[in-house]
Amino acid sequence: MEIIAQYGDIIVILACVFGFFMAWGVGANDVANAMGTSVGSKALTLKQAIMIAIIFEFLGAYLAGGAVTATIRKGIIDPSLLSGTPELLVFGMLSALLAAGIWLLVATHFGWPVSTTHSIVGAIVGFAAVGISVDAVNWGKVSKIVASWVVSPVTAGLIAFFLFRSVQRLILDTDNPFANAKKYIPGYMFLVGFMVSMVTFTKGLKHVGLDFSWGESAAASVAIAVVVMIIGMQMQKRITPDPEADREHHFSSVEKLFGILMMFTACAMAFAHGSNDVANAVGPLAAVVGVVAAGGEVAQKTAMPVWILLLGGGGIVAGLVMYGHKVIATVGNNITELTPSRGFAATLAAATTVVFASGTGLPISTTHTLVGAVLGVGLARGMAALNLRIVGTIFASWIVTLPAGAGLAIMFFFMFKGIFSI
Amino acid sequence: MVSTNNPFLQMFARSPFKPMQEHIAKAQECAVELIPFFKAVIADDWQEAEKIQNRIAVLEGDADVMKKQIRQNLPKSIFLPVPRTDLLEVVRMQDKIANRAKDIAGLMLGRQMSVPEIMQTDMTEYVRIALTTSEQALTALKELDELVNSGFGGHEIEVIEKMLDQLDQLEHSTDEHERAIRLKLFSIEKELPPIDVMFLYQVITLIGDLADRAQQVGSRLQLLVAR
Repeated sequence: MEIIAQYGDIIVILACVFGFFMAWGVGANDVANAMGTSVGSKALTLKQAIMIAIIFEFLGAYLAGGAVTATIRKGIIDPSLLSGTPELLVFGMLSALLAAGIWLLVATHFGWPVSTTHSIVGAIVGFAAVGISVDAVNWGKVSKIVASWVVSPVTAGLIAFFLFRSVQRLILDTDNPFANAKKYIPGYMFLVGFMVSMVTFTKGLKHVGLDFSWGESAAASVAIAVVVMIIGMQMQKRITPDPEADREHHFSSVEKLFGILMMFTACAMAFAHGSNDVANAVGPLAAVVGVVAAGGEVAQKTAMPVWILLLGGGGIVAGLVMYGHKVIATVGNNITELTPSRGFAATLAAATTVVFASGTGLPISTTHTLVGAVLGVGLARGMAALNLRIVGTIFASWIVTLPAGAGLAIMFFFMFKGIFSI
Repeated sequence: MVSTNNPFLQMFARSPFKPMQEHIAKAQECAVELIPFFKAVIADDWQEAEKIQNRIAVLEGDADVMKKQIRQNLPKSIFLPVPRTDLLEVVRMQDKIANRAKDIAGLMLGRQMSVPEIMQTDMTEYVRIALTTSEQALTALKELDELVNSGFGGHEIEVIEKMLDQLDQLEHSTDEHERAIRLKLFSIEKELPPIDVMFLYQVITLIGDLADRAQQVGSRLQLLVAR
C-alpha cells in the first residue's frame, strides 16, 4: 500500500511512457497493414490514408475501444484476488507493457510476424500466473481469447469469400459490369456504414453519455448508413467509363468505382483497428492509473479517464507520422495485386470481424484477421497468387510470442518488485 | 524496423499470369522468324539464313529462361485460382513452340536444305498458316489476365473458348496444308536425292508439330479455365 502512495507519481509516469511507446509501435507498424490495402489498390493516396488513419483510429479507440481495454485491464486477471496487494497488479501491468514493447522491437528488428495483441496477452498471463498465482488468471477468459485468435481469421475469410462471390455474381461476371457496379456498390457502402455504427452504438457509447436501446441504435445506424451511401453515390457520379483504358484492361473503369467504395472500407478498417489495438497499450496503463488514483484500491468499477485514451490515440498518431507512413508506402507498393474490388472485400470482412470482436471485448490480431480475409478472397478465385507459407509462419509466431512475452514479463515483474520494495 | 518481412506483405506472391503471357509472346516472336528464314532459304541466301537462325536461337534461349523463372516462382506453397499443374503444363507447351522453331531452322541451316521450286509457294503458305495458329494461341493467352481480373467469371471463359475454337480450326487447316504439301513432295520425290527428301519430310512434320503445340497450348488453357 505505502509503496503506491510513495512512488505513485513515478509509477504513473513510467506507465505513461511504456503505454505511449506501445501505442507508438502500433501506429508505426500495425496501422500499415490496415491502410496499406487501400494505398496499394490506389484507392487512396498516402496522405489521404494517413489522414483517415489518424481520424478513424482515434475515433475507433475512443468510441469503441472500451470493451477490449476492459478485458486487458481486468478481464484476464481476477482483480479481486489482488485487493490486498495492489502493488503486484501495478508492477505486473508495468512489466507487461515493457515486455510486450521490447518483444515487439526485437521481433520487428528480425522481421518476425508477431502481433501486439498476442505479446500483451502473453505478458499479462505470464506475470499473473508466475508472479502472483496460477489462480489469479481467469483461464476461462484466456481460452476464449485464444480461441478468438483462430476464429477471427476464419470468420474474416468466410465473410470475404462470400463478399467477393457476391461481387462476381452481381458485377464482374455480367454483361455490363460498369452499370451494375454503379447500381450495387452503394449497397455495400450502406453495409459499411451500418455495420460500424451499429457496433459503436450498441457497445461503445455509454461512456460518452449516450445510452441507446437496441431499436434506437438500429434506427440511428440506418440513418448514418444512408448518409454514407448518399455521399458515396455523389462521389460515384463523377466517374464515367473510360473506353480507352477499358480496351487495355476491361475492368479499369469498374475498379475506379470500387476505389470509392474502398475509401469507406478504409475508414471502417482504421476504426476497427483503433477499437481493438489501442487497448493493448491503453489497457495496462488504465489498470495502473486506476489503482494509483484510487490510492491503492483495486477498484472493480472505475471509469476510464479520457486522457488515457487520448494518450493512446496520440501515441498511434505519433508512430504513424514518424514512421508508419514509410511502412504504409512499402506495404502499398508491394500489394498492387489487390485491386479495389478485392481489397474492399478483404478490408470490409476484416473490419467487420474486428469491430465485432471489439464490441465483445476480445483482443484479436488485426493483421492475422486481414490475412484470413485475403485468403478468403483467394478461395473465391479472386487473387492471382498467394503464399500459403504465411499461415505456418503465423502459427509459429503465436507459439513463440506467448512464451516470449510471458517470460519477459515475469523477468520485469521481479525486477520492479525488487526495485520498489527495498 | 524492416517491413518487407511483414507477414501481410509476404502473403502476396508474384502473379504467374503476366509472365506466362510474356513467355508465349516471346515464343511467338521466335517462331515468326521462320517467315524471313524460309524467304532466305528459298532465295538461297545462306548468310542471311544463318543470321536469322542465330536470332531464333537467342529468342528460344530467352523463352527458356522465362520458363524457368515462372517455374521457380511457383513453389507448391503458392495458392492459385487454377490448378498449379495445369498452369505449368500450359507453360511447357508454350515453350515447345519456340523449341520447334529452333529445330526447324537448325536442321535446315545445318544441311543447307533447299526447297524444290514446285513446292516453294506451298511451303511459304504452310509456314504462314502454322504461325497463324501459334499467333491465335497467343491471342487466347492475352485474355488470361482479364480472366483473372474478372475472378474467373463465365463471361471471360466464353470469350476464351471462342478463341480456342478458332485455334482448333486453324490447326485443322494447317493439317490440310500438311497433307497437300506431302502429296506434292511425294509426286516429285523420285527425282530428288533420297536423303534430302527424307529430311524435307521431317521439316514438314516439324512445322505441323509447331501448329500442333500451339493447339495443345489452347487445350491446356481450356483445362486451366474449366470449372
